[in-house]
Amino acid sequence: MKMNIRELVKQAHETGDYSQLIAQIPYANKIGVSCERFGDDVIFKLPANKLNIGNPLLPAIHGGVIGGFMELSAALYLMMFQDVPKLPKIVDFSIDYLRAGYYQDTFVECELTRQGKRVANVSIYAWQKTRNEPITTARAHFLIPEN
Amino acid sequence: MNKELTGRAQRFIDELAHCVDIGLQAYKVDHNGATTLILPFNEALVGNTDTRIMHGGAITTLMDTASGTSVICTLEDFEICPTLDLRIDYLKSAEPDKPIYGFAECYRVSRNVVFTRGTAYQDDMNDPVAHCVGTFMRLGTEFTPEYFRTRVLEGKR
Repeated sequence: MKMNIRELVKQAHETGDYSQLIAQIPYANKIGVSCERFGDDVIFKLPANKLNIGNPLLPAIHGGVIGGFMELSAALYLMMFQDVPKLPKIVDFSIDYLRAGYYQDTFVECELTRQGKRVANVSIYAWQKTRNEPITTARAHFLIPEN
Repeated sequence: MNKELTGRAQRFIDELAHCVDIGLQAYKVDHNGATTLILPFNEALVGNTDTRIMHGGAITTLMDTASGTSVICTLEDFEICPTLDLRIDYLKSAEPDKPIYGFAECYRVSRNVVFTRGTAYQDDMNDPVAHCVGTFMRLGTEFTPEYFRTRVLEGKR
């Protein structure tokens, strides 16, 4: 049975369980994204995974995977909180690497900086050990699909 | 195309577990270190099952790796250069069932920082799906263990 995304979002809102929604996205399954909701907040998690390593010396997670995780989290965030009925299209993405992203669990939080009629600007923060020491910060613009 | 540098690029990518996992390959490296990688179409990297377009994260990985590899192929000696920042503009949707090429070159090498730019494209390099600029921090050669250096530069195990 394949439900459409809109029904899945609705169902996830009611149950607070977003795993089925995330499971619809092959890339999310590939790198291993999950999320937990705390009231109006949500924290996304990327568990440590050997196949996500991009620096064998430290070892550290591939910068592209961290970027992909942040971008995906921002898109999911818009679906969860801005009533966006399907995965919004990304326009641009800019990421600053502040610290090494070690081979550990990584967490992401998003903040809506500005929502216009057709475009949304999202700020994204990723950390590992403590939220006060972000490993990367990013921002992205998304096109909001018409209903 | 430079055969020696293309080999260096392939050996470098082969050391990165995630790149091996998604099947990234060195397509060609030019004499100046400008690098083109190829990302085969992969159903597991799709972001939207209705359109079957690969997720932007796969393009981020492709472009981060292409840019970082062009740094490795441009500098005289092997230097680990972590990404400082990366900016990607998604110009148009990629098409499913086709590979995506990632081209990147270093347009300025300074004492501390290397500046890169590049594009991701499918059929036509002049009609890219994404544009990318990045900066990489030079850590100096002493940060790279000798075994890793010879493995990438000379292919010795």
